[in-house]
Amino acid sequence: MALNAATQISQRGTSDAGGQATDAVLIAPRPPRQIAARYDVSAWLARYVYEGDRWPRNRRGHRALPMSAEAIHVLNRLAFGPAPGDLSRVQQLSIDGYIRQQLRPQTIPVPQAFSERVRSWPTLYLTPVELFAQYGPPRKAPGAPKDPLAMKAARQRARVIMQEGVQARLYRAIRGPRQLQEVMTDFWFNHFNVFAGKGLDYLWTVSYEQEAIRPHTLGRFRDLLGATAKHPAMLFFLDNWLNTGPGTPGARGRFDGLNENYAREVMELHTLGVNGGYSQRDVTELARIFTGWGLVKRGAAGFQRRRTRRANGPFFPFFRAPFTPPPPVTDEISPTGFFFDASRHDFGDKQFLGHTIGGRGISEGEEALDILARHPATARHLSFQLAQLFVADQPPPALVARLAESYQESDGHIGTVLATLFASREFRDPACYGAKFKTPYQYVVSAVRALGIDPRNVQPLAGTLFLLGMPLYGCPTPDGYKNTQEAWLTPDGLMRRLSFATALGTGHLPLDQAPGFTRPQPLKLAMADSGPARAPTMPAPDRDNLARTLGNRFSHSTAQAVFAAPAQLQSALILGSPEFMRR
Amino acid sequence: MERREFLRNALMLGAGGVLLLGPGAWAARAATSGAGQSPRLVVIFLRGAVDGLNVVVPHGESIYYELRPTIAVPASQVLDLDGHFGLPPALAGLMPLWRERSLAFVEACGSPDPTRSHFDAQDYMETGTPGVKTTSTGWMNRVLTELPAPHSPTQALNLGPTPPRILAGPQPVANLATGRAAAQPIALDRPLVNSSFARMYAGRDPLSAAFQEGVAARRRLLAELQQDMTVAAGGAPLPNQGFAQDATRLGRLMRRDPSIRLAFVALAGWDTHVNQGAAGGQLANHLRPLSEGLLSLIGAMGSTYHETVIVVISEFGRTVHENGNGGTDHGHANVMWVMGGPVRGGKVYGTWPGLAPEQLYQGRDLAVTTDFRAPLSSILSTHLKLSDHALGQIFPAYRGRGPQLLAA
Repeated sequence: MALNAATQISQRGTSDAGGQATDAVLIAPRPPRQIAARYDVSAWLARYVYEGDRWPRNRRGHRALPMSAEAIHVLNRLAFGPAPGDLSRVQQLSIDGYIRQQLRPQTIPVPQAFSERVRSWPTLYLTPVELFAQYGPPRKAPGAPKDPLAMKAARQRARVIMQEGVQARLYRAIRGPRQLQEVMTDFWFNHFNVFAGKGLDYLWTVSYEQEAIRPHTLGRFRDLLGATAKHPAMLFFLDNWLNTGPGTPGARGRFDGLNENYAREVMELHTLGVNGGYSQRDVTELARIFTGWGLVKRGAAGFQRRRTRRANGPFFPFFRAPFTPPPPVTDEISPTGFFFDASRHDFGDKQFLGHTIGGRGISEGEEALDILARHPATARHLSFQLAQLFVADQPPPALVARLAESYQESDGHIGTVLATLFASREFRDPACYGAKFKTPYQYVVSAVRALGIDPRNVQPLAGTLFLLGMPLYGCPTPDGYKNTQEAWLTPDGLMRRLSFATALGTGHLPLDQAPGFTRPQPLKLAMADSGPARAPTMPAPDRDNLARTLGNRFSHSTAQAVFAAPAQLQSALILGSPEFMRR
Repeated sequence: MERREFLRNALMLGAGGVLLLGPGAWAARAATSGAGQSPRLVVIFLRGAVDGLNVVVPHGESIYYELRPTIAVPASQVLDLDGHFGLPPALAGLMPLWRERSLAFVEACGSPDPTRSHFDAQDYMETGTPGVKTTSTGWMNRVLTELPAPHSPTQALNLGPTPPRILAGPQPVANLATGRAAAQPIALDRPLVNSSFARMYAGRDPLSAAFQEGVAARRRLLAELQQDMTVAAGGAPLPNQGFAQDATRLGRLMRRDPSIRLAFVALAGWDTHVNQGAAGGQLANHLRPLSEGLLSLIGAMGSTYHETVIVVISEFGRTVHENGNGGTDHGHANVMWVMGGPVRGGKVYGTWPGLAPEQLYQGRDLAVTTDFRAPLSSILSTHLKLSDHALGQIFPAYRGRGPQLLAA
């Protein structure tokens, strides 16, 4: 049943009397009770929690809520909220069926138009070596002066990488049917954050998501850990490519000693967690283990050239015939540009987290990553973070413990841990419906999804994310963006969300126009009083469709505010409602 | 979390011109305050690494001219400071401050960390923990934590849309939009939009509280900007554009609101690898507006200048040699600028390491002889009256002090 002012208000008594739990639960049968004050959540949420108490529990102890409430919950957490038609799709599949399907993304068919669009961004499919060759700083002979104009031109040409990356990320999140994979891509990217604004990472950050994160979002954590460790974007971001055994044959210039950055963060942020029980000694030993983990910007060919140049000194080829150095002692020079430079590796034995690791080369690093991935502290740390993402800002410790168990039993299989989480009483508890405050990314993506818009131009969305303090690929610190209410609920942030909701909900964001890549000015003004209101650039979204998409559940005060507003503002009000700020 | 605490923590202000201020923090406290009652600190960060050797020119050293054949500021055009150092003509506007002894410099100042990455070096200078990447808060936010109560939502102002690293942390920080954006209308300024959302956010829950604070602050800001545009409250009209405009607005806010203790401004465009120019040119074209902006700031804050210290810093210096493109590359030590009423100015502080090849850091850069945290510690201690214990929180594990730039 669609939201409709006249019928709505008059039918309130009826739906209450019927007591039928259907997906058309409209409005509270009576004003919200004072209970709101006792919960640190919106009045809307509190009402459902309260009424939930009266519903009998089923065999598994879950409160039997109307299906659509649970369906909305699942779509809010496993997906970036409902898109038109999603609710009925979930109901057809059943809640458990939907969860099973999302955990196996390869079984979800992808529309042809979708894959064609994703294939239309060529830079997504280039390796870091190719990206450097095609978009990196221009080549120059050694010792020759830099050509500033050529450098500037190259830098401008390279913008396309980030533009396509942002297009692809937002398009997949908004339109992609494999929603859980998109949710996890966002999560893991933040977990293993790199910053596109640091040095050469403007070339490699998009490739990092594509190559190191996406293939492993629901697989084994160890694969994710290894892939991020070896990708040039991470090697560069946390300086591991500079990390060199002091006194080794390859130690010279900027490769002059240990660099502990990566060794420290991989334990503190990626695996064990800050209280994971490691010491400064472990950090130093791990840094020694990783010495020689390097990157070659121009791949194997570039590596050989550099070696030759070094071996022959600066005056080559004037004084003697060129000397061809022996092939590098390296397990491989991977197409990503990762390679192990044995000449900079510290071959001594190491003591790491109670293990003795015999000095022998690159496999020491692999062994260390195995130890970290299997460590109980890692199981706890990751379980806490997953529970925080999917359940609550302060997740129940019992749940975290069960997830950690599941992690250990499955040898760190992410999909298995998530299956345990989604089946848990804590996740299904109606008390946690709508308990999470959306991050700016979740808010923006879910708003566009709810309207069913196919964004041809995501620039206004990227600009909005910037103004909301969460630019894509723009978090400068290695810990990534948080997903808690404490991090994101600010007066300023809320003002900007509502301005975005107004612009989007009245058709003032030109999302359907061909990408222009102009400077983002998204919130500049839909409908200011000063000056004439600009004509909408898109048809204003239909209020009834939007309400239906979202399951048509709104609090009394939201519904009243919507009905009291002029028709062209009503969709904006729904998108700006407290209900829609939460997930 | 208590609502009050929530509001305090959540208070941030914004780009589309949203400035959030706590109740009573604004007009009510606009009364003039006596000097010395509320010491302020303004930090101006030159992002991109300004070429300190062309800011405070060692014109007494011939080696400076040898190593910079095309980009040295000619001795004939240098405005002499003390016989050895001098300012380029682009900074001529600052000479009156030097003569009245409220401007000083600390030479060969910088970070002990050797990084030449802009990103890492800025990060270290903003967190105040060189070499440590995991520090989550900025040192200016930690200063707020250590300052005695009362804490006000306007205690720290950032000029720009989002708070930078240096102000990141649990203490509330207000953002003031720059340029025309400060007065740009947003959808919520429209009464109909505003009242519709107000109906939804009329409760006492955290979202409603945030909404109500946001709307109230927006209203105050618009009134304030309106005042700037019309009456120009006791000063000249705002300069047309650029840093001078923003600096004037900042100066007026500081004069009117004594609860503002810290302010931060970041300016970009100093990464002069190519054609940086000498007495004129690219660098001079950035220095001149900076000097004008500083004078606007000082002029607008009026008597507040007597209780204000302004510090200008940059992540690292640039190579002593000029490169093949008439520019300079990433180096090491820089010069710190310090000005304000309490400053014992008219002097170049610090230990000058020299420019001879064996005196240079790694054979190419000015060596660091003063850790950037040392003069900052002295300023925080003397000016903001922070204890050694507080300084230990602000710059953990660092105990260096000096030079003593301020009258005790």
